[in-house]
Amino acid sequence: MVAPSLKLQDLIEEIRAAKTQAQEREVIQKECAHIRASFRDGDPLHRHRQLAKLLYVHMLGYPAHFGQMECLKLIASPRFTDKRVGYLGAMLLLDERQDAHLLITNSIKNDLSQGIQPVQGLALCTLSTMGSAEMCQDLATEVEKLLLQPSPYVRKKAILTAVHIIRKVPELSNIFLPSCAQLLHERHHGVLLGTITLITELCERSPAALRHFQKVVPQLVQILRTLVTTGYSTEHSISGVSDPFLQVQILRLLRILGRNHEESSEAMNDLLAQVATNTDTSRNAGNAVLFETVLTIMDIHSAAGLRVLAVNILGRFLLNSDKNIRYVALMSLLRLVQSDHSAVQRHRPTVVDCLQETDASLSRRALELSLALVNSSNVRAMTRELQAFLESCPPDLRADCASGILLAAERFAPTKRWHMDTILHVLTTAGTYVRDDAVANLTQLIAGAQELHAYSVRRLYSALAEDISQQPLVQVAAWCIGEYGDLLLEGNCEETEPLQVEEEEVLALLEKVLQSHMSLPATRGYALTALMKLSTRLRGDNKRIRQVVSIYGSCLDVELQQRAVEYNALFRKYDHIRAAILEKMPLVERGGPQVGEEAKESKAAAKLSEAAPVPTEPQASKLLDLLDLLDGPSEDAQHPSPLDPSPGGALVQLLDLPCAPPRPAPIPNLKVFEREGVQLNLSFIRPPGTPALLLITVTVTNSSGGDVTHFICQAAVPKSFQLQLQAPSGNTVPARGGLPITQLFRILNPNKAPLRLKLRLTYNHFGQPVQEIFEVNNVPVETWQ
Amino acid sequence: MQFMLLFSRQGKLRLQKWYVPLSDKEKKKITRELVQTVLARKPKMCSFLEWRDLKIVYKRYASLYFCCAIEDQDNELITLEIIHRYVELLDKYFGSVCELDIIFNFEKAYFILDEFLLGGEVQETSKKNVLKAIEQADLLQEKTENMYHSKSFIGCKKAY
Repeated sequence: MVAPSLKLQDLIEEIRAAKTQAQEREVIQKECAHIRASFRDGDPLHRHRQLAKLLYVHMLGYPAHFGQMECLKLIASPRFTDKRVGYLGAMLLLDERQDAHLLITNSIKNDLSQGIQPVQGLALCTLSTMGSAEMCQDLATEVEKLLLQPSPYVRKKAILTAVHIIRKVPELSNIFLPSCAQLLHERHHGVLLGTITLITELCERSPAALRHFQKVVPQLVQILRTLVTTGYSTEHSISGVSDPFLQVQILRLLRILGRNHEESSEAMNDLLAQVATNTDTSRNAGNAVLFETVLTIMDIHSAAGLRVLAVNILGRFLLNSDKNIRYVALMSLLRLVQSDHSAVQRHRPTVVDCLQETDASLSRRALELSLALVNSSNVRAMTRELQAFLESCPPDLRADCASGILLAAERFAPTKRWHMDTILHVLTTAGTYVRDDAVANLTQLIAGAQELHAYSVRRLYSALAEDISQQPLVQVAAWCIGEYGDLLLEGNCEETEPLQVEEEEVLALLEKVLQSHMSLPATRGYALTALMKLSTRLRGDNKRIRQVVSIYGSCLDVELQQRAVEYNALFRKYDHIRAAILEKMPLVERGGPQVGEEAKESKAAAKLSEAAPVPTEPQASKLLDLLDLLDGPSEDAQHPSPLDPSPGGALVQLLDLPCAPPRPAPIPNLKVFEREGVQLNLSFIRPPGTPALLLITVTVTNSSGGDVTHFICQAAVPKSFQLQLQAPSGNTVPARGGLPITQLFRILNPNKAPLRLKLRLTYNHFGQPVQEIFEVNNVPVETWQ
Repeated sequence: MQFMLLFSRQGKLRLQKWYVPLSDKEKKKITRELVQTVLARKPKMCSFLEWRDLKIVYKRYASLYFCCAIEDQDNELITLEIIHRYVELLDKYFGSVCELDIIFNFEKAYFILDEFLLGGEVQETSKKNVLKAIEQADLLQEKTENMYHSKSFIGCKKAY
């Protein structure tokens, strides 16, 4: 007895009428009970209706596994209606994970061999949608038989089913390969399209097939040419573009065949140019074809002119009002920016405009692309644009933008001051978003640029006075004020506004930072240490500083407490060495792109020391090898072009070596200069593992009764050598054995030529300026052999 | 193409065509997450997004979202054309299609899709041919139903 059940339409209506989830569930559960009963002992004639209802319910997310066997029964039925719903059910409910799925193999086999065309179609469709590897094995020969059947309706489906079979069981490729040649002569678009897809699949999976089909490139070119040139058939066209689906598929196959194959690439060059220039671009269909053409041009061995054409098409896409087109253009240009850098550079202004996109996925791509386009010639303009973007960009892009700007600045900074300004600007605009090493980088940069100390400390002081919330900025500013507080108070710096700062103001600012809730523990550490350093830099008495330091001796933060206690001890018990301990820091070495290059503006720059000659155009993929440059012709010491490190960061072994106190050198020291108690000594180290490298430490001592001040040492070496001077520890040697000045020279001597060194000293002694120039010829042989 | 989903503005699924084998649980999870992601997009945003390791192409027609997942090497712009062609086919078949047509005739929506795409690839680029095939199948279905409903067959049961 079959319970009365709803028709499909009625069921759907009832479900939609349900006001709550619970109500819906009730209706469905009731109906499913009916369906189950009907499956058990209902009228076979209505089985397909029951399954249809079940499939609807399944789409809403309810379980329907009990319908699987019904699918089998319906597929096996001779009635077309049953098969139609049965196969649909199989595609929705059965997949290779169910054991039951294999049971339909036999029905499919029967339908493929004996069914009428619509039935064959259903079977092929189902096989290609959910056919497992086992099913494909069993049915491959049946499908192959259908490949060359007269009816295009069945043939096109059989071909695409073959594609699926190959994907599941690549070993079966051989069965389908032979028919392809004949199928390529098809005129029916559907069959042709399927054939191209099949060939593509075969070529992607087997190099042998790829070679085999490279022979048909001329034929493919002809097919596409015919398609493009002989007017259009309304049946297959979209917006005046002949069968864009077929065009795109052919172009894709050509791409695979032309890749890394000179002959094939050449055969398709003209056609690609033709398609690229003649395709109507007013609607999406044409642009889709054009896009595929561009992808193909860029991937094969195309003529240079064609490549530029392709990049220009992408550039035009960037100006298209359709957002989708701009998106694919940005993605593609991003992929091309390394290999075709100069071609993409031409579209830089358009890319920069895209930064203003409202759609986040587009502006993100535009940002990535903009950063990739920065080079030494456009760095100033680009940084301006990127900084403007940084100020207004959405928060999730800030971090990437900030680090991108900092990285670009590091790589291409024209001058150290510009570099400093840029970092400062980034820190003030987006301080919270920068990476942790930004602080270290900036302190490193400042420390290494003596001529910028006054400028830096003033700018940072002003910035800090305005805003103490951006932690990286505060940290750098605090450090700088601590190190160069004396420069802040004295005299004028030409490059900034005249700034009158009182000692008390400086101390007050640092105290404010210390006490502020916004300051991170690390920041407070910086501030405390800075205060301490100021005790030797400022002229006033240190009562205020001592007060602060002693207060923090009982701070809850352990790190601050420790520091305060130690500083306290310095004041109380070790006051005599306080000055030495709080001296200006020597340059900390790290394996970054910081090289002791002399900035253009530095008047104190050693004219005699040679700046390393470098290529101005960065080659992102080549590691800069300093040793190569020794053969370079240009040795203009005034040339300020910055060194361009590879993105990988580590430059040459030269920079990775620590400049920490050299180990006791087996090479004897050398006294090279003595005048009125002022002595210059050289000590040598040749680090093992780098035979071309020599480290010289210059030590200046003063046993006389007068201070040596404003001491500068410059050096020159013969042409085949590379010299790098590090910043000296100071420029004053107090009288009577006061703390000496030390300075590190690094010399590269790959040719192992005899070392000769010319030194020029300038300093003040006994109130008189002194200048000495001399050659050092008697260096120990071990330094260069 | 890996799969195509049709869903309403409320996130109700109206059609799901999967061309890759996944468990029911996985399909549900993907559907839920993707529907959420697409519905969260603002109207002016572009039709493409990256999701997991797939490219998603979606377009909204009236109250229905058509959403396809394609592979890295597939052309996004032509996928938009695929979606548009499918909508045109539905429109021609149902005569000015709306969401309700697809709800109440979901099997037909599947049948039409299966004449246009096969195994995730385009099988027929002529609108005319697709519609003709559906027409013929519909006719065949009608014929067989009439056959079996005529009085002469009521007493006769075939063993299936």
